[in-house]
Amino acid sequence: MSILVIAEHDNQSLKAETLKTVAAAAAIGGDIHVLVAGLNCGVAAEEAAKAAGVSKVFVADNAAFEHQLAENVSLLVTELAGDYSHILASASTTGKNFMPRVAALLDVAQVSDIIAVESADTFVRPIYAGNAIATVQSLDEKKVITVRSTGFDAVETTGSAEVVALESVTDAGTSSYVGAELTVSERPELGAAGVVISGGRGMQNGDNFQLLEGIADKLGAAIGASRAAVDAGFVPNDMQVGQTGKIVAPDLYIAVGISGAIQHLAGMKDSKIIVAINKDPEAPIFQVADYGLVADLFDALPELESAL
Amino acid sequence: MKVLVPIKRVIDYNVKVRVKPDHSDVDLTNVKMAINPFCEIAVEEAVRLKESGVATEVIAVSIGDKSCQEQLRTALALGADRAIQIDTDQNLDSLNVAKLLQKVVEEEQPQIVLLGKQAIDTDNNQTGQMLGALTGMPQGTFASVVKVEGEQLHVTREVDGGLQTVALNLPAIVTTDLRLNEPRYASLPNIMKAKRKPLDVKSAADFGIDLSPRSTLVKVTPPAERQAGIVVESIEELVEKLKNEAKVI
Ligand SMILES: Cc1cc2nc3c(=O)[nH]c(=O)nc-3n(C[C@H](O)[C@H](O)[C@H](O)COP(=O)(O)OP(=O)(O)OC[C@H]3O[C@@H](n4cnc5c(N)ncnc54)[C@H](O)[C@@H]3O)c2cc1C
Ligand SMILES: Cc1cc2nc3c(=O)[nH]c(=O)nc-3n(C[C@H](O)[C@H](O)[C@H](O)COP(=O)(O)OP(=O)(O)OC[C@H]3O[C@@H](n4cnc5c(N)ncnc54)[C@H](O)[C@@H]3O)c2cc1C
Repeated sequence: MSILVIAEHDNQSLKAETLKTVAAAAAIGGDIHVLVAGLNCGVAAEEAAKAAGVSKVFVADNAAFEHQLAENVSLLVTELAGDYSHILASASTTGKNFMPRVAALLDVAQVSDIIAVESADTFVRPIYAGNAIATVQSLDEKKVITVRSTGFDAVETTGSAEVVALESVTDAGTSSYVGAELTVSERPELGAAGVVISGGRGMQNGDNFQLLEGIADKLGAAIGASRAAVDAGFVPNDMQVGQTGKIVAPDLYIAVGISGAIQHLAGMKDSKIIVAINKDPEAPIFQVADYGLVADLFDALPELESAL
Repeated sequence: MKVLVPIKRVIDYNVKVRVKPDHSDVDLTNVKMAINPFCEIAVEEAVRLKESGVATEVIAVSIGDKSCQEQLRTALALGADRAIQIDTDQNLDSLNVAKLLQKVVEEEQPQIVLLGKQAIDTDNNQTGQMLGALTGMPQGTFASVVKVEGEQLHVTREVDGGLQTVALNLPAIVTTDLRLNEPRYASLPNIMKAKRKPLDVKSAADFGIDLSPRSTLVKVTPPAERQAGIVVESIEELVEKLKNEAKVI
């Protein structure tokens, strides 16, 4: 068997998700190759070559791939697919965007968001916002899979794979990049942080999120939010944790002014330790919290910051 | 221009689903069902495109057994002009759903197909992208803004790092994210009117597509339950526990 992993990167560096996707590939077992498609992405390719267990890294360096447009990337992956039994990408917004196109072009189903590998054709994935865990056996010749990064531990970066340049340029010519508004932050990424502190509707407005910042600084934490906080415009969309936002599983998750709706729990209930601060003792978040504090957050947060 | 909106009947988002004792599947008997929230947002966006004079007709389509006509009526009450039910008892996977939708696209020739980004039951997040690949249409997934600009569609997408805007040639696929719009409530007169709007029923078998399943569901189990922990009395106690008991700070 041989497995192709599509790297997640921003042209400058490799994202941690890639190392976790390689771990999923290693759990399936077989020769592992990585594709880095982008523009001026040589450094990312060098980083991918260090992922333990990878024997070859293909680099497709072309303007057509600069912004990971799904139309173009899916054509490239499909072109390479012939030699592989499994094609894997991270279940990030990039992987979710192009992988189903790859599956359809290959006329196979896609197994989305796997959290464990049972065997080369059988995988475990959450459904119904994590309220049920399905074990699915794929009957297709080729398996197209997206990997939830919280399910796998990153492989080491001790490898030294061969890096091979690809000449192939697949430009569908049907879409183009207009612009982006990316959040710039000094903090760790939500998906990679060891500690996450999230605010909900109880925060009342965006300015009050500053109450979380001092604590996040002291803990080296990422800051997240509930959908209610994002919808109300307190914070940007990329901070949403939940079924339809980001899935996180840090060592410590602190939920502040969040009630604990199933859609929010779906994004954080695999955290090792959960702390809830809420003024309502009946809030459902307390049912999943290891440590609950019934308090007004406007009193509790300044106190917490100075206690750390 | 025509807008096609595929919608799915799913468990109501407020319901916490239970796994059957024999672990064969989830138990959906007597569970409240509804239109998938992301599909509702798609219908709303299509209706707004019509109200602003961009779209001329909004067609809702659902693949499922007779019961999904209920959700099609909801779409009609929200402002869709007509509906198509593609009748099947099978639990189709996304690829087969996309193949059936491809046939509908060939017949109706919509300029925009608006789908939900994911169905909240199977959480697949695939169908729109697959339909894009099968029809050769470009896609704007996880959309929070959709604008027609001349011959193109500009879609702002909610991505992991923030927002990204792409320009798509028409016809194009759009999948909706939560912040695209806030769906209206159907008024009683519109619910009444919806009952008289056309709803065509076609049999999935008539499309001549091999709909055999691509996977088998081996088992469905409940997730590991978290035990509720303890209530601490003060910040001081909390910090002490996190340091000495949980050892996470
Ligand atoms: C299709 C769909 C997808 C969804 N996806 C997501 C998702 O991915 N992520 C997500 O989070 N939600 C999601 N939701 C929304 C979800 O159902 C809830 O509406 C949302 O999580 C509620 O956010 P909240 O807990 O911040 O707000 P609320 O439920 O309003 O809770 C606010 C809490 O703050 C507490 N509070 C208020 N003031 C204070 C104070 N001064 N001190 C202490 N506590 C205080 C209150 O007691 C309350 O418990 C989704 C919904 C749908 C329909
Ligand atoms: C418990 C359970 C387990 C299942 N397990 C499997 C399984 O193991 N393998 C398998 O292949 N299938 C399985 N199914 C079938 C599954 O329900 C879906 O029909 C199928 O996967 C379609 O994908 P999705 O709805 O998740 O699509 P998504 O890609 O998440 O949906 C996105 C959008 O596509 C459109 N759409 C999706 N379905 C329809 C439809 N029927 N009609 C019209 N528009 C639609 C909607 O606009 C929707 O918002 C299972 C179903 C259940 C209830």
